[in-house]
Amino acid sequence: MSAAVMTESVPLLTVEDLVLDFRTRSGMVHVLDGISLTLDRGEILGIVGESGSGKSVLAYAMMGLLDPAAQIPRGGIRFAGRDMLTESERSLAETRGREIAMIFQSPRTALNPIRRVGAQVQDVLLRHANVSKKEARKRAIAALARVRIPDPERRFDAYPFELSGGLCQRVMIAMAMACNPYLLIADEPTTGLDVTTQAVVMDLIREQVRSSNASVVLITHDLALAGEYCDRIAVMHAGHIVEIGGTEAMLSAPKHPYTARLIGATPGGHESIRDLASIPGSLPDLRRDLPPCRFIDRCERRLDCCATDALPSVNLGADHIVRCWNPL
Amino acid sequence: MIRFLRIAGKRLLGAVPSLIGVIIVTFLLSHALPGDPAVLFAGPAADAASVAQVRAHLGLDHSLPQQFLTYIWQLAHGDLGQSLTTGQPVMTDLVQRLPASLELTLVALIFAIGVAVPLGIWAATRPNSWIDHLCRGTVTVAAAFPTFFIALLLVYVFYFLIPLAPEPVGRLNDVYFDAPTTITGFYLIDSLLEGDWQTFGGALAQIILPAISLGLFALAPIARITRAAMLQTLASDHVRTARALGLSRHRILITYALRNAMLPVVNVLGMVFSFVLGSNVLIEDVYGWPGVGAYAVKAVISSDYAAVQGFILMMAVLYILLNLVVDLLSMMVDPRVRFEG
Amino acid sequence: MSDTSLISRTRYALAENRMTLLAAILFALLIFCAIFGSLLAPYSPLMTNEGARMQPPSWLHLFGTDSLGRDIFSRVLIATRLDLGMAISAVVISFVVGTALGAMAGYWGGWVDAIFGRVMDTIMAFPLFVLAMGIVAALGNNVTNIIIATAVINLPFYGRFARAEVNVRRDLAYVEAARMGGNGAIRILWGHIVRNILPVMLVQASLNMGWAILNAAGLSFIGLGVRPPTPEWGIMVSEGASYIFSGEWWTFVFPGGALVIAVFCFNLLGDGLRDIVDPRRRT
Repeated sequence: MSAAVMTESVPLLTVEDLVLDFRTRSGMVHVLDGISLTLDRGEILGIVGESGSGKSVLAYAMMGLLDPAAQIPRGGIRFAGRDMLTESERSLAETRGREIAMIFQSPRTALNPIRRVGAQVQDVLLRHANVSKKEARKRAIAALARVRIPDPERRFDAYPFELSGGLCQRVMIAMAMACNPYLLIADEPTTGLDVTTQAVVMDLIREQVRSSNASVVLITHDLALAGEYCDRIAVMHAGHIVEIGGTEAMLSAPKHPYTARLIGATPGGHESIRDLASIPGSLPDLRRDLPPCRFIDRCERRLDCCATDALPSVNLGADHIVRCWNPL
Repeated sequence: MIRFLRIAGKRLLGAVPSLIGVIIVTFLLSHALPGDPAVLFAGPAADAASVAQVRAHLGLDHSLPQQFLTYIWQLAHGDLGQSLTTGQPVMTDLVQRLPASLELTLVALIFAIGVAVPLGIWAATRPNSWIDHLCRGTVTVAAAFPTFFIALLLVYVFYFLIPLAPEPVGRLNDVYFDAPTTITGFYLIDSLLEGDWQTFGGALAQIILPAISLGLFALAPIARITRAAMLQTLASDHVRTARALGLSRHRILITYALRNAMLPVVNVLGMVFSFVLGSNVLIEDVYGWPGVGAYAVKAVISSDYAAVQGFILMMAVLYILLNLVVDLLSMMVDPRVRFEG
Repeated sequence: MSDTSLISRTRYALAENRMTLLAAILFALLIFCAIFGSLLAPYSPLMTNEGARMQPPSWLHLFGTDSLGRDIFSRVLIATRLDLGMAISAVVISFVVGTALGAMAGYWGGWVDAIFGRVMDTIMAFPLFVLAMGIVAALGNNVTNIIIATAVINLPFYGRFARAEVNVRRDLAYVEAARMGGNGAIRILWGHIVRNILPVMLVQASLNMGWAILNAAGLSFIGLGVRPPTPEWGIMVSEGASYIFSGEWWTFVFPGGALVIAVFCFNLLGDGLRDIVDPRRRT
């Protein structure tokens, strides 16, 4: 089996039983609970969930970029042989941008508004590529050309406010990919862009990572988008990964009630799940003591054991895992 | 560059209404008062004949609009009237004393910015730590000290009690030093241009205490705005990007946070200028500083009205010009300001 | 803003920041001195005593005596009323006049607004202390004119703020509703707009108090306004300044210290009030 062959080599990224809490004025918020996943080279993994499901926090944890208020009582994150949770900030900073990089939503504000975009790409190269200023400039222009920014030499001197949102996101991608990282984390990269630009940006991301055999973690609330671009999908709900598996298998035969509802809320696979009116209930308050299954209040398939027994991890084969006592 | 100049020109034109307003106010302050302006201008010792003479000379027997035109006409010729105390044209007096005040003001500003900006950055990188509270406390206490009181305290402590500072006798102690040849009018710069290190040292020693007295009050606004702006930029999306791409701490702090935080800091400088220029009046006397502030105080006490009026007008014009400089600075800091025009 | 949240925020501001508590205590002390100062003073502030000139602080004269043998403690204590009075009067005048003018400019817009904006810009075009000096020098050397001058230079702070706030609120639904209900402009301005921005304006006023005290005392220091032998902190510092080189520090340190405490108190109080009324503006 191909899955067996792949697990023989060490995965690029492993998250194991990660628990993460935030200390706040109104008490502990249990943001992530028992998160486990792996990511192989060249793979595109989608992490899908409503806002507040903890997907962005998970992404930041992977980058080793956590708020000081975050506490991790259990679990670990290994990336390319490093422990991202215990590594020193200094060595993490050297890893970021070189081996693991991230792009964000609203690319205009994600870029420094008063610095020329070329200089921002150049900053990344100067930091990680150990090149002269002149060489860095040349490579920055090449990086801008690679994301197909027209007339890159002239655009090098542009400020973000002079470029369209789509062009800004391309600059972001150029910055993130400038040093050929192994892993690109894309946090809602198409939010705030118009529909045609969205496809262009996503195609560009896929093309960039394919050409360098890099992996992608795509954070999105848009199941349709994830279905189109990802090899595997993890569905998050209130700090749990409720289901993870191959895109085909999961979309055609979802096992977790929540996944099924998400798919139901995404008619034709073309609309986003931002409008979740068709899913009754809302995310539970993560400050309270929570039942083992955090979907229990919204679930019509719940059993008595759901409220008492620890969440199971049901392996359906081919790395398709669902965390539910009563899967579909 | 052409765009920059064009916008700079536009800003310069934008200052014209303020200038007109300032001229009207100084005119009103002297010509439309309750009581008889002629008596005011003639000074307290004048008899009826000289008051009448002053009235005729100032054109106070004409209508108000006519007087205003005369006033403008005189201003256009650089005529601010005659000082009663020095017997010289007010313009001559002011021009002679201005470099001393300007030098002091600029050194005070450099001191205030040089201390407050790093303090604000330091506090912003450790919000709510004891360092943050200490910075905040220090600048708040500093802001509570009246400038004139600080001036006296510093002289008392650092000259009378612990003789670290030289005698407060103005810009240079002429017992030991000769004033440098006037090139810019700033002793610190002129002495350097002449290569005269001793005079430079002497001038520097003289200016330290008055500059600190003037600058101390400005610490609080600058440090606070720096801290707030830094906190805001440090939490901004683009700093998050810089961190996610592993840029060095130094690069993030300076290029990605501080430069972006500079715009509000530059803008608060306008307010600081207003304060520091005004406070020259309060401290020059204490340090025997031969500037326009001390001149104005003498003029006020001896009811030398033309001199007071000339001083006010000059300070206002200076302040408008400094605000223009602030505008141009903020254009240099932020390209968005530059492009919006 | 509900009452409970106001109370809890007040408690939070006091607990979080002991300095606000200190400010409140100092404020009470200052007000007490301003009211009862003349009753508490051990000596008459104007009584000269040839035999007790330039005495350093002692139990007999807590803050020492000045060149005429007057008791500095009594003079500092009694000056509280005048110094605070000048600053408070000035702040109240600029608060009321500035808010009224700014609110009208923001409400009516058009040429009223244009003239208002011009006048405020013109005031702001001067270094403020210099303008205050000019006003007192022109209007005449007395306490009333110090108050007027201090009020004038502070006008733009209130005027602009009120104008901006009214401008934002002018077209809000509840104001529109009041207008359709047939309420007159003044009534709408007061009842529906100004009352809502009052808390924030009051914070502004208390932050402004320290500056008003410094301004009034500064004018007296350079010999404008208050005349000797009236006890006033600024003028006492100025009189004491002559004895700095003979080491008689108490002549200027105590009145200067009183100024520092008063200004410090109002600045802290303003900060604390702002944390309660408008926590986001904290810097």
